Amino acid sequence: MAEHKDQAADQEHGTHSQFFYIGIGVVLLVLTVTTAAVAFVNLGPLNPVVALSIATFKAALVVLFFMHVKGASEKLTGVVVVSGFFFLSILLILSLADYLTRAWR
Amino acid sequence: MHDSRLTSSPAATQVITADHEEPNPALLHHFADPQQQKNAASLGMWLFLVTEIMFFGGMFCAYLIYRIEYFNAFAAGSQQLNIWMGAINTAVLIVSSVTVVLAVKAAEAGKRKLLVGYLVVTVLLGMTFLVIKGFEYKEKFEKHHVPGPNFNFTDTFDDNGKQIPVDSKQAELFFSIYFAMTGMHALHMIIGCGLFGTLAVLAWKGHYTPAYFTPIENGGLYWHLVDIIWIYLFPLLYLISRHS
Amino acid sequence: MVSKAATPLIPVPDTPKLNYLNNGHGLKSWLLTTDHKRIALLYLVSVSIFFFIGGIFAMLIRLELLTPQGDLLSADSYNKAFTMHGIVMVFFFLVPVVPAILGNFLVPLMIGAKDLAFPRINLLSWYLYVGAGALFLHCMINGGVDTGWTFYTPYSTTSNTQVVEAGLAVFIAGFSSIFTGLNFIVTIHRMRAPGLTWDRLPLFLWSNYATSVVMILGTPVIAITMVLVMAERLLHLGIFDPALGGDPVLFQHLFWFYSHPAVYIMILPSMGVISELVACFSRKRVFGYRFVALSSIAIAVFGFLVWAHHLFVAGISLYAAMIFSFLSFVVAVPSAVKVFNWTATLYKGSISFATPMLYAFGFIGLFTMGGLTGVILATIGIDVHVTDTYFVIAHFHYVMVGGVLMGYLGGLHFWWPKITGRLYPEGWAKLSALFVFVGFNLTFFPQFILGYLGMPRRYWQYPPEFQVLNVLSTAGASVLAVGYLLPMIYLLWSLRYGEIAGPNPWNAAGLEWKTSSPPPTFNFDETPVVTWEAYNYEEIPDKELEVPVAR
Repeated sequence: MAEHKDQAADQEHGTHSQFFYIGIGVVLLVLTVTTAAVAFVNLGPLNPVVALSIATFKAALVVLFFMHVKGASEKLTGVVVVSGFFFLSILLILSLADYLTRAWR
Repeated sequence: MHDSRLTSSPAATQVITADHEEPNPALLHHFADPQQQKNAASLGMWLFLVTEIMFFGGMFCAYLIYRIEYFNAFAAGSQQLNIWMGAINTAVLIVSSVTVVLAVKAAEAGKRKLLVGYLVVTVLLGMTFLVIKGFEYKEKFEKHHVPGPNFNFTDTFDDNGKQIPVDSKQAELFFSIYFAMTGMHALHMIIGCGLFGTLAVLAWKGHYTPAYFTPIENGGLYWHLVDIIWIYLFPLLYLISRHS
Repeated sequence: MVSKAATPLIPVPDTPKLNYLNNGHGLKSWLLTTDHKRIALLYLVSVSIFFFIGGIFAMLIRLELLTPQGDLLSADSYNKAFTMHGIVMVFFFLVPVVPAILGNFLVPLMIGAKDLAFPRINLLSWYLYVGAGALFLHCMINGGVDTGWTFYTPYSTTSNTQVVEAGLAVFIAGFSSIFTGLNFIVTIHRMRAPGLTWDRLPLFLWSNYATSVVMILGTPVIAITMVLVMAERLLHLGIFDPALGGDPVLFQHLFWFYSHPAVYIMILPSMGVISELVACFSRKRVFGYRFVALSSIAIAVFGFLVWAHHLFVAGISLYAAMIFSFLSFVVAVPSAVKVFNWTATLYKGSISFATPMLYAFGFIGLFTMGGLTGVILATIGIDVHVTDTYFVIAHFHYVMVGGVLMGYLGGLHFWWPKITGRLYPEGWAKLSALFVFVGFNLTFFPQFILGYLGMPRRYWQYPPEFQVLNVLSTAGASVLAVGYLLPMIYLLWSLRYGEIAGPNPWNAAGLEWKTSSPPPTFNFDETPVVTWEAYNYEEIPDKELEVPVAR
């Protein structure tokens, strides 16, 4: 599990070993099976919550480790990622604020 | 003619010093040093990914609103999707993301053949995804679930054994959104395969060295984003209500 | 007439022998250029052409509205006229005008860089703009669109006009915008000259940065919305059509999620120009620099939270309407902060009335009026009466023309010497500014009254009692048109006959004035090192600015 050393100034990678990445991949696959299996269990209103939480966790793994956001020397990358999802959530939440509060539903 | 004086950037005024002694052949003239160029390219790619998030986001918004309004129809439509193909495709993309990361590592280590190998495998996995998607679409066509004049949805929403009939128009809406979202995603996969195919050819020709492999990294970022979009599409489209 | 140029302390060569304009000749050197300055000029030409086209549609509208009857155009043609006027002006003029022309030219110069971060993507941006424009012209020739620039469904998904072509043109133009914004953000983050920290940046850069953030986050949403409309027309994916189970209000949500922030894309760069002009022509640092800088960011962020104020009468929930109304009040605050700060900058400044400053004054007054009427419209109780009337039209023309366009003209005159190496004729310029100001107010102030009295927008005939105000409006439009044509003439004239400008005819602060006019291809002979604050007018000699006057 040797850390890969490189003389170039790309320490922003925080590059991990190949086994680490394969390990993350295995975790993602396990989570995929999990989310599919849990879908067959009746959790009532929690079903979508669990499904989205697992999806978000998987996405976070990809962003942090595969896309090298964790350990990046530039904090700006993280700000850019977060702001993208933040403004998407604005679109979703404020649109829902309309649809969910219509008196005539 | 071009005055060479105009291209000089005196080292005395540079704040960032280059790590490399010899000039990097990939360094473009308007950058002070390779690190600045790499950081710029990386930030540029991330900003482009944000536009992709917002682009798909519009469709996620439509999905979200209609799922709430027409839950039964959406659940019924979702139950008609082939969960095996969806899950296998998810796995295919996850594995392809791993090969992308390993390709970047290989580029960083200067291992050309390994790099090309991983890039080619990534493309093959991407194509596998598209082929499976093709079979899915074919199945939809055969079951008359493609929106349009031939649309015919006669299935019900299986809610824990209770069969709830659903409005055909609402079901058609589910499939409209299904095809819009997966179709746009597939288009991005096709572009990704083309991109990685090109990277593989250039890598084979030796364009990428440990000093310069930015296109591999940034191409990888694109691929990972397309993977993330699918990570969300799978539960949202295929797993709306599977417990029965 | 003897010219009185501001006397530079150090004699400098007039126009450098080799600059970006003559470094390379021939069509290929222009059409395949990656020099941001040349690309800015390419945009100047193409954007001006579209402004002219949009203006022709405006002329058709105003001519029709001279009389209460619909006699010049048929009803359908009138629908097409106001639709094309809107689409051309919004997507092909207002969105790119300041960022793609002045921004492209000045951003690298102001930060001391040789070019933008991605010069080839910059060129691609221009080609996307031109391609989108050509597609839209083709759409016009094929009969055009009559849906209104807002493309509301289900009419736009069922209208038998060229909606797909128009939607595709908007989609492509959107990507031109996205790439420009992407370039600016990366350039400003990564390529600032040594010593140029964020709080030494000229406010023009802060504004363009905020604009670029809005471009990146907002434009993709209208892109996907247009794609979905096209899919609905071509593939019968019924997402917005009630007949197919869809929701037309969803279209409006998605459309305005971009189109409201889009108006901040339009106004923010112009506000940046005003900051530069007010500082230079008061010989003072902008009052409350940090507040003005942060208010640009605030406008960009809050601008994303208000879109449904365009849907107050569309059938959204009352509670959502109240939230959006409140947020719309909030978004006015940072704009007001800027207006107060500019005014405070003038206080005890050494003010001179060169043409750019005249446009800046015009902006401050007219934008304030437009902005305040925006707050009026954000009040739901009033909006239900004046929505879809000429009140709304007057409001947005005050901010778009009285705001954006005045800022652009001020900036174009201010930086004209830098761009071309020539001075424009000050007398003619002042006269044009007067025509613009008088013409503009005569055109659009009556429209506030018309709207308040109840004249609906997009109608090609109206009750006879509204005719006087409409005639005043059309008269004003003629005056305004003269005010636009004159600069086209004298600016072109100045290219050959204008006085040589020298590097800094205004004695202005800013890195762009430290290189020659026109600048060399790579902007600076040596990378500048910045050790001073922005707008250090107290350090710049020659406090009494003599307005350079050319023959």
